[in-house]
Amino acid sequence: MTQQGNSEILKVVNLKKYFRIGKDKRGPIYVRAVDGVSFNVKYGETLGLVGESGSGKSTIAYTVVGMYRPTSGQILFKNQNIGMEAVRRPLSLKKEIQIVFQDPGSSLNPRQTIEQILRLPLKLHTNTPKKQLKEKMIELLERVELPADYLYKSPPSIGGGEKQMVAIARALAPNPSLIVLDEPTSALDVSVQAKIINKLMDLQKELNLTYLFITHDLSLMRNVANRIAIMYLGKICEVADAATFFEKPLHPYTQMLISSVPVVTEEEERLKPKKVVSIGEIPSPVNIPPGCSFHLRCPYKMPICSEVDPEMIEVIPEHIVRCHLFGKQANG
Amino acid sequence: MDDKTLLEIKDLHVWYKVYGGYLKVLHGVNFLVRKGERVGLVGEAGCGKTTTMKSILQILPPGDSRIPKGEIIYKGKDILKMSFGELQRLRSKEVAMIFQDPTAALNPVFTIGAQIGDVVRYSIALEEKRVKKEKIKTLSARALKEVYMPDPERILTNYPFQLSGGMRQRVCIAMSISSPRSLLIADEPGTSLDVTIQDQILRLLKEIVEKQGTSIILITHSLGVAREMTDRIYVMYAGTIVETAPAKDLFKNPVHPYTRGLLASVPKISGGGIARGIPGRIPDYLNPPPGCRFQPRCEYATPSCQEKPPQLFEIDKDHFVACYLAQR
Repeated sequence: MTQQGNSEILKVVNLKKYFRIGKDKRGPIYVRAVDGVSFNVKYGETLGLVGESGSGKSTIAYTVVGMYRPTSGQILFKNQNIGMEAVRRPLSLKKEIQIVFQDPGSSLNPRQTIEQILRLPLKLHTNTPKKQLKEKMIELLERVELPADYLYKSPPSIGGGEKQMVAIARALAPNPSLIVLDEPTSALDVSVQAKIINKLMDLQKELNLTYLFITHDLSLMRNVANRIAIMYLGKICEVADAATFFEKPLHPYTQMLISSVPVVTEEEERLKPKKVVSIGEIPSPVNIPPGCSFHLRCPYKMPICSEVDPEMIEVIPEHIVRCHLFGKQANG
Repeated sequence: MDDKTLLEIKDLHVWYKVYGGYLKVLHGVNFLVRKGERVGLVGEAGCGKTTTMKSILQILPPGDSRIPKGEIIYKGKDILKMSFGELQRLRSKEVAMIFQDPTAALNPVFTIGAQIGDVVRYSIALEEKRVKKEKIKTLSARALKEVYMPDPERILTNYPFQLSGGMRQRVCIAMSISSPRSLLIADEPGTSLDVTIQDQILRLLKEIVEKQGTSIILITHSLGVAREMTDRIYVMYAGTIVETAPAKDLFKNPVHPYTRGLLASVPKISGGGIARGIPGRIPDYLNPPPGCRFQPRCEYATPSCQEKPPQLFEIDKDHFVACYLAQR
């Protein structure tokens, strides 16, 4: 893939996605799933999007691939606005952005053979002559280390890890440049997860892919992502380089997350912030608390936190935090 | 068997009946829980963790399961030979189980109060003929208070859907501790929850177990959870125990190739990439491989591994491994 003018393949500016769920006397009620999110993804990198369930990370993924239309805000893909539903997107754009879903058991049609599953994207997005289709499909399977006879199997007859490999092969079929990975391994065991993650990392190098990697597993993120963005209630609270994230987490929520991760070595134990223990639960995105949405669970709560929503502040270059603790410092 | 032993499973085999034969799921499981001990049971999905635990409570599907061999000795008595009445007593007074998915474990059409109340009533009913409603209510509310639920009286009138996932799991824990038990079985209690909530639930369980001196068996697929929560860990693969050791030893000196592979596959927050994982997958239980069940996936497998399944062999104090590699 050729590098273009700027180094960003995907730029999301102030993205909002509200879902209407009903109405009362005061007007319609919305779930504010994504509430003003801005981030960018550079060519060839892996951006990790981490958050608890209900934080809006999957909504972002679905909006980027075009399953949802944004309520407001912009999504720029290679400097082209793609803030529309997939049906209105040109075919060339759909081909460029592919997605791998969380549960391969439900994202692959159980009544189709793997041959049928892989044929559709090839027919739709590439000019492969009919005679070479099969060859191409076998090549795709080889890429994900599955034998050629898997073409004639159907998803229910193969294992969970292999199903996810087929889903990855399907995403690779149209030769995309950006793949959205929505918790691709959270339904799988660690030994299978390791295999899939390594394959994904190899493919990224070989094919020059860019990943938007969504997961709730912080320790996995540490090992796959170049940069990490932490989401809480539809907003991003911290963006930083993967290594800095674990060595110097700034946002209290990030610290809470890291201190909650169960670890297997003593070396990791030392990385955990001791002071912040997990309390409370994520509030409903229908009634987002005023001010900073995290203040109900925050151990460093100040009076200002329940009134004013903090701004994104670049504390150190490339390390952005949305918290009043650091706003004060920046102002003097 | 000494007087410290609470539960001992000896050479347990469990088969499930399916079309075409029996799935030979458990293949000689040996398991020991001492009084006041926190024991972890770790393994991948489908390796028989939950089957082992369900056989302790005798809640395996009745028509479709068979126990051809083995003993489950609880406080000196074999559970497999117990009468129905004794089993009821075991379930309501001695052993409690917390399931993985609190949403599925709670009945959506009854209030929390009715569901905790049932558990409380059964455990009292064994001694007292008449149980007063007020007593049930106060005991239920007290149990909810133990698990730090705010406003227990109101929660008792709520339905499960009105609570969040973390709260529901707290309700399930409250049920299991509503009357004092000797053994708590927690089947992946935090898996369906977020990390921060999982952390809260695990800390709560730890605190309760310490306070009441209850033994706990924690089933989990996460080695990290086992390391932080337990004193001793059993690693299970395809219906057999492959390694058991005190938690600290297991992480410092894993011996069985499966334990090592599993441990290497866990992503670390200190970075450093992820190992290649373990090739292959869990065997077909209808026709399990001969000899060691891990042998088809094992990189150190020798022809002798296919002949006879290896027995647990003590390599260090309290550290047992079922592998020919360790015996050499």
